[in-house]
Amino acid sequence: MTDTTLTQRAETQSAPAPLPFKSILEADALTRKRNAAEKRFKMYGIAAIAIGLFFLVALLWAILSNGLGAFSQTFIKVDVPLDRQQIEAAEKSVVKTSKYRAIIDGAFASELTKAGISTDIPTKGLEKLFSSGAAATVRDYVLANPGAIGSTVTFDLIASSRVDGYLKGRVKREDLAQDKNLDAAHLDLADQMEDAGILEKRFNWAFITGTDASDSRPEQAGIGASMVGSLFMMLVVLFLSLPIGVAASIYLEEFAPQNRFTDLIEVNISNLAAVPSIVFGILGLAVFIQFMHLPQSAPLVGGLVLTLMTLPTIIISTRASLKAVPPSIRDAALGVGASKMQSIFHHVLPLAMPGILTGTIIGLAQALGETAPLLLIGMVGFIASNFPDGVSAGFFSPNSAMPAQIYEWAKRADPAFYERAWGGIIVLLLFLMTMNIIAIILRRRFERRW
Amino acid sequence: MKFTTLVSATAIAVASTAFAGSAQARDQVQIAGSSTVLPYASIVAEAFGENTDFPTPVVESGGSSAGLKKFCTGVGENTIDIANASRKIKDSEIAACGEAGVKDIIEVQIGYDGIVFASQKDGPDFTAFTPSDIFNALGAKVLKDGEVIENPYNQWADFNADLPAVDIAAFIPGTKHGTREVFEEKVLVQGCEDTGALKAMVDGGMGEKDAEKACMVVRTDGKSVDIDGDYTETLARIDSNPNGIGVFGLAFYENNTDKLKVATMSGVAPSTETIAAGEYPVSRPLFFYIKKAHIGVIPGLKEYAQFFVSEEIAGPDGPLAQYGLVSDPELAATQASVEAEETMGK
Repeated sequence: MTDTTLTQRAETQSAPAPLPFKSILEADALTRKRNAAEKRFKMYGIAAIAIGLFFLVALLWAILSNGLGAFSQTFIKVDVPLDRQQIEAAEKSVVKTSKYRAIIDGAFASELTKAGISTDIPTKGLEKLFSSGAAATVRDYVLANPGAIGSTVTFDLIASSRVDGYLKGRVKREDLAQDKNLDAAHLDLADQMEDAGILEKRFNWAFITGTDASDSRPEQAGIGASMVGSLFMMLVVLFLSLPIGVAASIYLEEFAPQNRFTDLIEVNISNLAAVPSIVFGILGLAVFIQFMHLPQSAPLVGGLVLTLMTLPTIIISTRASLKAVPPSIRDAALGVGASKMQSIFHHVLPLAMPGILTGTIIGLAQALGETAPLLLIGMVGFIASNFPDGVSAGFFSPNSAMPAQIYEWAKRADPAFYERAWGGIIVLLLFLMTMNIIAIILRRRFERRW
Repeated sequence: MKFTTLVSATAIAVASTAFAGSAQARDQVQIAGSSTVLPYASIVAEAFGENTDFPTPVVESGGSSAGLKKFCTGVGENTIDIANASRKIKDSEIAACGEAGVKDIIEVQIGYDGIVFASQKDGPDFTAFTPSDIFNALGAKVLKDGEVIENPYNQWADFNADLPAVDIAAFIPGTKHGTREVFEEKVLVQGCEDTGALKAMVDGGMGEKDAEKACMVVRTDGKSVDIDGDYTETLARIDSNPNGIGVFGLAFYENNTDKLKVATMSGVAPSTETIAAGEYPVSRPLFFYIKKAHIGVIPGLKEYAQFFVSEEIAGPDGPLAQYGLVSDPELAATQASVEAEETMGK
């Protein structure tokens, strides 16, 4: 039997033609094919990344080229003599600021003569160079410093959006043919004023610190008030969703029995994470405003709605990081006599903290960029026109949020608002980037590997 | 435990501030409604905040119908005080208001707004339209050779040799906009009548009302596009389509004259003057509605309304006219009715 098998084996070995000698350094057809497939796959990957990078660059380019203009602003320097009689007359009228405009016009006309600039534009027409908010600047100064009445004060007044656009290259002379807000003659005057040093383009702090402005004065609009609105909303989200989310996940992960009911809860949490955010807005309107009678347009309500939206994200990431803590740590703690709660709060939770915080920050960043639910609870519109005058007012008085403000600006008629919208996107992106960087640092610094 | 006490403390703190806050009185006027009225309302709100000791009112947008619906949810501090509308309040809305307890409504007409047809500045020569042209281009059924048939036209020149021979592409406001109603009534129905299609439909056995409704139906083969967003969206569509015609508010057009050129309607160019004189046919009044029950409860409500209709604001030389509102020649009567708090239907 051994004989036959041996001969059989010898037969089978000798049956096929002997393989030609091949160096292992030389790839055969199959290897070459496999290598080619690998190479192709790598190329696909590189192409995918290149496409992604291309769109990222295109997006950043669009944002920066459109939005950087919002960070500079044209100002006109005018010495305004604060004449007591004129001011008293202005304070008696219904629309006081319109009378202040006349004061500015007069002061500006004499400023031009002083600088040696002559123009054919009548004094009344000169006011088109200024923002209609300029009068409010002067009036606010007078109200704050009644002692200054009678003296001459130098103001840096905001130029109108068309003049500002001209200095930024957005407005051209031929564009103004049909425009009733400004004439080409004004632009000639603006050139002369720039040479004389009366007109100047500067960094626009007011865009970052200011409030929203009405449709007639885009040059005055700033994102500051809505930034404060976003801040208060994020406070609400943080202080509600972090404790609730962490408590829920600790219970579900460490204490809850495995049964149908907890399975149902788990499935629902995963489902909630995928619910479109506008649904939370409808819920917020029905529950917080119509049922609980919380005030409309308030950052508190916005924060509550966004809390609902962020909770699933936080619960899912917290549970994942609790799961990642090795059971040996729990066992060791229990082994030396710690209660279950002690083992969790003294050992498991601190180890899971970096993951929890990362999840929280990413959830907050998501909430910060959300507009849709805010539409329904009245936080979109001409709202962020006042700064809240205290912490309580910060939660309760009407305010907008950064993404809502950007959306609002993008809708408005004047092209200058469009520039502000892009500028607002830059500010929002900076916030989101900072938050993501903090999340990355937390993860890198505190992450432990077992 | 420390952690649990922290959780419950925060929960209690948040809940208590929440209820303390809801008991707090509201000190600013809240307004919602038409996005056409929003720019005007925001200009007035801003000036009101600057010129008085009252805080700047809050103005939300969302459309006339949405605003009036919100207005009619009831009386109380958690409801809005004023609804802006680009059309008159409907009887059904008044009834809904009444059911919710909003019985006394003050109607304030603030002026007129023109609706213009504009196209890309460097596009084909769309400089003169009549309602008939628009109806022939956009109506679902038009009159051709004495018969009412499905709209057969592909190019503007097909029915009017004076118009450019380019494909029809129109961007009109969607049905949720108040502007659509004006467009239907003042342009489509008018064009239907002028072309004789209305008469042909009535002769064909349709009732007068049904025929008018049929006139308002817009073709659905993609040549007419409903824009549900704002005018900025229409502008973006026109920007990318040189042959496109868009429907805009006069104020929006006047802010974007560098990109758009406007067409005349029946030979009249749209401007605040021609609209005020009643020569430009496509215009409509703008309103806001005040809850009388809130006057005296919400500080600054009546003052805001009076400020709005004052000569310096809504008059022909005021900031609203500057922005594009056609001021109402009967402004004095409106001022008096606001002063007397005259409610509707009395």
